[in-house]
Amino acid sequence: MRQLIIIGSGPAGYTAAIYAARANLKPLVVASSVEFGGELMKTTEVENFPGFPDGIMGPDLMMKMQAQAEKFGAEIVYDDVTKLELDGDVKRVTLGDGSVHESLALIYATGSAYRKLGLDDETRLSGYGVSWCATCDGAFFKQKHVAVVGGGDSALEEATFLTRFADKVSLIHRRDSLRASAAMQERAKNDPKIEFLWNKEVTAVLGDDKVAGVGLTDTVDGTESALDLSGLFVAIGADPRTHLVHGQLDLTAEGNIWVEGRSSKTSQKGVFAAGDVVDPTYKQAITAAGSGTVAALDAEHFLASLPKGVIAEATGAEAPAEMADQIGASA
Amino acid sequence: MSAAKDVTDATFADEVLASEKPIMVDFWAEWCGPCRAVSPILDKIAEENADKLSIVKIDVDNNPETAMKYGITSIPAMKVFKNGEVVKTVIGAKPKPALEADLAEFLA
Repeated sequence: MRQLIIIGSGPAGYTAAIYAARANLKPLVVASSVEFGGELMKTTEVENFPGFPDGIMGPDLMMKMQAQAEKFGAEIVYDDVTKLELDGDVKRVTLGDGSVHESLALIYATGSAYRKLGLDDETRLSGYGVSWCATCDGAFFKQKHVAVVGGGDSALEEATFLTRFADKVSLIHRRDSLRASAAMQERAKNDPKIEFLWNKEVTAVLGDDKVAGVGLTDTVDGTESALDLSGLFVAIGADPRTHLVHGQLDLTAEGNIWVEGRSSKTSQKGVFAAGDVVDPTYKQAITAAGSGTVAALDAEHFLASLPKGVIAEATGAEAPAEMADQIGASA
Repeated sequence: MSAAKDVTDATFADEVLASEKPIMVDFWAEWCGPCRAVSPILDKIAEENADKLSIVKIDVDNNPETAMKYGITSIPAMKVFKNGEVVKTVIGAKPKPALEADLAEFLA
């Protein structure tokens, strides 16, 4: 058995792993089989992560975090969790390959999953013009007209990225103003290839075997219209990935994992949560990383507070030298 | 990247369309993160099912003709060819059990 298992490998999971590994907790990081590194693996230039004045590519940043965690002794497994058992003193994690891993403390940092528009034809045409990843699929739309749905930072980042390939990028937003940061807004508004379609909701995806256009409904007057397109990129936000802990951890009204105050303590003793899965508001790489730090320190504190001998018995490890000294002195 | 053999616009007809065994083509590119994520999984599936299904890869940047011919607009895209025809398309990086379920008819 281990002292700590960390589920998730985005900035929160890897930062928790760096701290926990440096504290000699030898954490196991369950990184997922195809989504390891998290959201940043699908981004290009990250310009707002402190310490990189010239920017850094999202995947490079994540590979560096992973290397830093491994350097201090974190073990990483590229598999998906199929089952979590969080009640009781021993936390049990079952992986896709059937293996079961146990620990005394667990950090849950699974981030969030892209939201879909919820239209039938969106699923049918996904991969045939409907995409959630501009950096993956943008290059297939050279000299084409594409649209991005959404109004946050990720929508504007995708729109700006797509102008490298597409002739025209329509940004479809259901309100008349954007949530995105001022810097992203200014860049997009000054881009001659980006056209803003305000107060419009995508109500249909059109096309037989590939996307040919979308149906739009005006959110103010209800007018319906159609727009011819070759590609549709959906960037309407993400929902916290909590399906593995339903019924085991308390959630907030917004659907995030509930944590106590500014800590990472969940409703279950020994289980800590960090990153986008607890954060309905900020959702930045650096806030997730900070939150991962909090979780690692909380987990460390929790493990240190367990009765003497519990960790040694569970992990088969010898008590740390200073603790052995104390035991010796008191004997 | 994956250990799968590379095919190109020039070799596609010989290597893929003329293949006697079902053959899966992984359309990928260097800059595609999810492609990198799925490639070790494809290697594993290829290794475990070597007698039933061949798996090769094609870089869409260097081989735009084939990518265009098969209407690739999203990668990773994995297409299974049988007797020169596409019989199955799987799009997006998926965990191994999910891919095996998608490919069940070729792995049985």
